Order: sequence, then structure tokens, then C-alpha cells
Amino acid sequence: MTNQTDFITGYSPAPESTNLIEIKERYPLFIKGKFLEPQSGRYFSTINPATEKKLSEVAVANQTDVDFAVKSARNAYKNVWSKMPPKERSKYIYRIARVLQERGREFAVIESMDGGKPIRESRDIDIPLAVAHFFYYAGWADKLEYAFPGRKANGLGVAGQIIPWNFPLLMAAWKIAPALACGNTIVLKPAETTPLTAMKLAELLQDIDLPPGVVNIITGAGDTGIKIVDHPDINKIAFTGSTDVGKIIQKSLAGTQKKYTLELGGKAAHIIFDDAAINQAVEGIINGIFFNQGHVCCAGSRLYVQEGVAEEVISKLKDRMETLIIGDPLDKNTDIGAINSKMQLKKIMEITQSGEDEGGVLFQSKCTTPKSGYWFKPTLISNVAQSSRVVQEEIFGPVLAVQTFRTVDEVIEKANNTPYGLSGGVWTDKGAKIFKITKQIQAGILWANTFNKFDPTSPFGGFKESGMGREGGIHGLYPYVELS
Amino acid sequence: MNSRIDIQKTYKLYINGKFSRTESGRYFPLKDSRGKATVNLCQASRKDFREAVKFARKAVGGWSSRTAYNRGQILYRIAETLEGRKKQFIQELNHFGITKNNATQEVEITIDRLVYYAGWADKYQALFSSVNPVSSAHYNFSVPEYQGVIAIISPNDNPLLGLASLIAPAFVGGNTIVCLASEKNPLTAITFAEVLHASDIPNGAVNILTGFSSELAEHFSSHKDVNGIVYCGENLELNKSIQENASENVKRIHYYDKINWLINKGQSPYFIMDHSEIKTTWHPIGS
Repeated sequence: MTNQTDFITGYSPAPESTNLIEIKERYPLFIKGKFLEPQSGRYFSTINPATEKKLSEVAVANQTDVDFAVKSARNAYKNVWSKMPPKERSKYIYRIARVLQERGREFAVIESMDGGKPIRESRDIDIPLAVAHFFYYAGWADKLEYAFPGRKANGLGVAGQIIPWNFPLLMAAWKIAPALACGNTIVLKPAETTPLTAMKLAELLQDIDLPPGVVNIITGAGDTGIKIVDHPDINKIAFTGSTDVGKIIQKSLAGTQKKYTLELGGKAAHIIFDDAAINQAVEGIINGIFFNQGHVCCAGSRLYVQEGVAEEVISKLKDRMETLIIGDPLDKNTDIGAINSKMQLKKIMEITQSGEDEGGVLFQSKCTTPKSGYWFKPTLISNVAQSSRVVQEEIFGPVLAVQTFRTVDEVIEKANNTPYGLSGGVWTDKGAKIFKITKQIQAGILWANTFNKFDPTSPFGGFKESGMGREGGIHGLYPYVELS
Repeated sequence: MNSRIDIQKTYKLYINGKFSRTESGRYFPLKDSRGKATVNLCQASRKDFREAVKFARKAVGGWSSRTAYNRGQILYRIAETLEGRKKQFIQELNHFGITKNNATQEVEITIDRLVYYAGWADKYQALFSSVNPVSSAHYNFSVPEYQGVIAIISPNDNPLLGLASLIAPAFVGGNTIVCLASEKNPLTAITFAEVLHASDIPNGAVNILTGFSSELAEHFSSHKDVNGIVYCGENLELNKSIQENASENVKRIHYYDKINWLINKGQSPYFIMDHSEIKTTWHPIGS
């Protein structure tokens, strides 16, 4: 172990250059194709969570701003976007994909600076997947009549879209691409801690000459979000975020005609059977919980290991955790970047502490963390009960709760014993067992002998309190159309 | 001259495959078309509803794991059984104010609707599934699966057809059901329960209550072990409060506003999809 650690600290820094990028001092609101000063007159800072230094500031959209954004989207819907032949709509979306691809590195660097995620992930996953989403849905725009057997599909009108901070640009792409393909116009609000790639996207939309008002991007905190949700001239709400906020949104939409999709929290069971390929499974567990600092709604945060291999799996897991490099998100060697915000760090610390208080045994890798910025070491908590908070609640950080099991039926019951139902994972070499488990686990995405894989052709979304509706694939069109 | 005295029927709730009275001991009289109270019905309580949900939850595993072929056969069996008792249903509807012609039409469409959904049992999956061409070495597919327990508040218009049109798509999709019969005309719902009972449906898979939506809608919509809720009444205030309560556990909400169940638009595989979840499974391709 010692040797390995020495070897790792021996890595020379390999930081991604920030020369390529341009971040403006402040970003006003993007409405009707222009950057406009907010009527609120107010701005707030967005910082780099790895350094706590200010990167830029973005506007606070108040009611007047939201009204204007919705009005612009409505006009663009009525006069331009809904009238445009679908194949022309399609070309605009292709343009977004192509230009985003060209500027991929710039977006990746800004994403890592604003959100704290390792450059390796923003460069290899977030941005390429965002591009692929635009490319995929662009092609749907003029083929909708094939997507809904026996029905004709029409756009809904104006979509209000609220984006989380864990995959800022990717989640924006998940929402913008299908909405535009189906003929809707958009008012989008990025998360308050990670607004920069959305504002860069606004610049890109100007560059590709997307008709004014088709996509409007406004910034602000939850207060701005709720104004979008409650706006009477919005036809559809798409939200990704916590289950708590999702419930508030669903409640405030009660009795309205608005369609909605909610992409909420999760507490995925990650199940390792004794006949699994153990080394691969260990890699899967690592990727399942430490990908993006664990800021992943579908993270494999509840590990269930079959008793016969528990000791081996946990020991290998600890060894592997020791090799994870935590630090500068812009360093290409970094595995785990900064926690997204001070608030989130507090939450992770609080709930991890509760795990210890409830009798859990804590293991953290021996890595050092930088002095400034928000960091949390890769953490494993064992000796926890099914009722422990660390087993029941979404932590949204690099914290894995470990339990063991004996039988298939037992682990299925444990896996389903949660109000969530977003994802799940299973590792075994037996095909029949895979199908039994994946059939019986109540979740929208099941990874068998793999974990945390995403693709624009593959629908994503939850069962139960993990939300409703799907994003991605042919199923991702349905939330953005009215069928007649 | 016939001196025989009729045997009058007692209408009870249908919970877990049994006809039981409400635990609350309450009843409400139903007046026939001449205004005469001829029948008493159970006024189901919150506790009855909770019992029904408990059994519906228990039945989910068994019902959802039946083969699609078997689910189709059972739906078809319900249609067969109903066909055999057509006259009784026409008479009951007629007795409570629906003209004989309309009653006949309603019963016949109900039978046909059940046959329609019986046929979908093993077909909608193919229509709404996909094999997704992901750009990595994985095999990836998405299929519709059941949601769980669906609570249904039946419409007042077309009391038999409305009820069957709501139950059938949810049921054929592998869900289990707790249903509140039409408030104005609940009689045929309980007689329909007898048809269900004679058609080999598992105990608890469909439960039918009689009572008042003003009392029960709150419990239907706020129960934490209910996955989806259907309402089609005209009370917008009630609809709003149903939807507010439903948000407590992110229930799937379906408000079917002014759907004419008598026409073909009252049936479609999209109603099955309303009570389905798409599940996507990934597996690596390799050696």
C-alpha cells in the first residue's frame, strides 16, 4: 500500500490549460436572442468550488424578467418555431451539436471550473454526451410521425426547464434537445452554483442564429425557478433535482393543465453476488459511487455484497479507494474533484456523521485534500442498518453504505425497501440471475455487470419517488408532445 | 298469479376476493328511477380503503409476474363472464334510470372493451419497447413495466363502462387496483365484482368499494403505498386537492377530463402506458 501511495503522490501535475477559455465578468439574462440586463438589477457570484474564488457573476431574474422570457418564448413558438418545417428545425439542432462539438474543450474546462468535477469527466463524458444528445434529437424532429403508433404528435408550447448543478450542460442538453425537436420553445434556468456553461451555450445559440426567443436562459435561485413553475403561460415543466423540491413542484402544479417530468433523487442498490467477476465489480462500485464526487442521482450508494465474498470485496474496495486521486479538477490525473458547494459539503458531512452516530464504521482513504475549496474524502460506511439514515437518505456525495446479504430474495427485498427507484446495479456471471434481479428491482435503469452508463438513445428516469417521465431515447419524446 | 317473494340482494364491498361489509357499519340507500329506495350500499371508510390497498399491494407480485398470455386470457374470461350475464347488467342500469337502449349499448361496449384490452396484453410491450443502439459495447433495451397499486375514482357517466374502461388498461399492464365505484350509480360495479370474482383473477388484484369521493378521495390520493391515481370527475377543486395530496409520494396522476367512453377514443394502448414505467437494462458485450 505504501508503495502505491508514494507512486501516486509522485504524479506530476497535468493541469488542463485555461488559456482557451473566455469567462466574462458578468452574464446578464439571455432573452429573445439578446443578453439583457435583469429588471431586478441584481447579480450574484458564481465561484470555483476548488479554489473558492469568484469566476463571474450572473443575473437574478425576477417576476418581470420571467414574464418577459416566457412572453418571448410564446411569441417565438407562435410565430416561428411551430410554423417552421420540422426538417428546418432539425437543422438548427444539428448546428448546436456541431458547434458544441467544436468548442467542446472550452465547455469542459468551464464546466470543471464552475462545478468542481474532474476535467477527465467533463471532457470525456459531460460534453460529448451533451453533443450526442443534440445530434440524436435533431434527427427526430422530422420523424415524429413514426414515434407514436396511431397518433399524431404536436408540440406543447412553452417548456420551463430547471437544471441541476451536478451535470450542468448535460442536463441542459437532455432538456433542450427533445423539447426543440418536438417543436417547443424554452425558458431554461441553470442551477445557481453552476450557471456558466448555460450562459456559454446562450452565446453559442446566438452564433448559430437560432431564432430569437426559441431558447431563453435566465438565472437565479430557487425563487426564480418557482416563478417559472407557477407561470400561467407555460405548458410544460421539466425539473431535475431533489425529491423534496420535486414534490413541492408537483404540488404547485396540481390542478393546472401543465404537463411535467420530474427527475428526482435516488438511492441505488448495487448488488454483488459471490459468482461475480470481483475485480470488475470493484471497479464498478468505485465508478458507481465516486463518479462526479457522488453528485449523481443514480449513484450506486447502497452496496449489497453477498456474504461469501464480502470480506474480499470490501478489502479490494478499500485498496482501490486508496489509489483515487482527489484534488484539482483541472488536473487530468484527478479522479475526484471538489464538492460542488459549501452547502452540499455541509450536508454530506452532517449525514456521514449521523452514520457514525448510529453505529456505522467509517473508512476514508488516506489521501490529502487541498487547503482551500470544498473536499470530501472517498468514504465507506459499514455496519449500518436498513433503517440508518445513510442507507435511507440520498447523500449526493462520495459516501457508500455497505451491507451484506445471503439470498437473492433477501437482497431484492432490501433493494426495493426505499421510496426511491431510479437505478440499480447487479454483478453476477449468471444470466438467469441477472434477469431475475433486473426484472424485480423497481427502478428505471438497471446496470448489469456495469454501472453509470449513459447514452442519448437510452431512456433515463425513475420509478416511485425518483420522479416520472423519461429523458433520452424514443421515450424521451413523449413528455414534449401532445398526441391527437 | 305469482305469490313468490323475491330474494333481495345485499351489495357489499369487494376486497381481497371477498365480499365483505364495510367495517364502519355505514350504508347509503340508492333510489331507483321512480325515487324509491330499493337498495342499500356500503359506505366504505378510510379503513376499508387501507385494507384494500394492503391486499392490492400483496397481489402486485403475483399478478405482474403472470405471463402476458395469461393476463390476456383472464381479461378475456372477464368479458366472457360478463357476456353471459348481460341481461342482469342491462336490467340494473335500467332500474336506475338509464334507458334500455343505452343500457344495452353500455354493456355491449363494456364487453367489447374488455376483449380489446385482453388482446393488448401481449402486444403493447412490443409497440412501446425499444432496443437502444448505444454507442458503447453494451446491449441496452427498454420495456414497459407495471407501476404497482393504482387507485381509481370512477366516473358517474356510464357507471359500468367507465369503471371497466379505467380498470382494464391498468390491470392488463400488471397493476393491481383499488377502485371507487360511481357514486351516483354504483350498483353495477359490485355486480361487476361478481363477474371479476368468477373470472380467475387473483385475490386482491382488483378491489371495488362503494362510497363517497368527497370522503374517500383524500385517502385515495394521500396513501403512501399507492403508485398512481385516476380521477375523471368534474369537481375541479377536488381534482386539485387530489393532485396536491398525490405529490406527497410522487404519485402518477391521470385526470381524464370529459372522455367519452362510448367511442373508440375511450380505448387505446396509451391508457396502458399511463400505468406503465419504462425500465432500461444495460449489459456489456464482450467475452
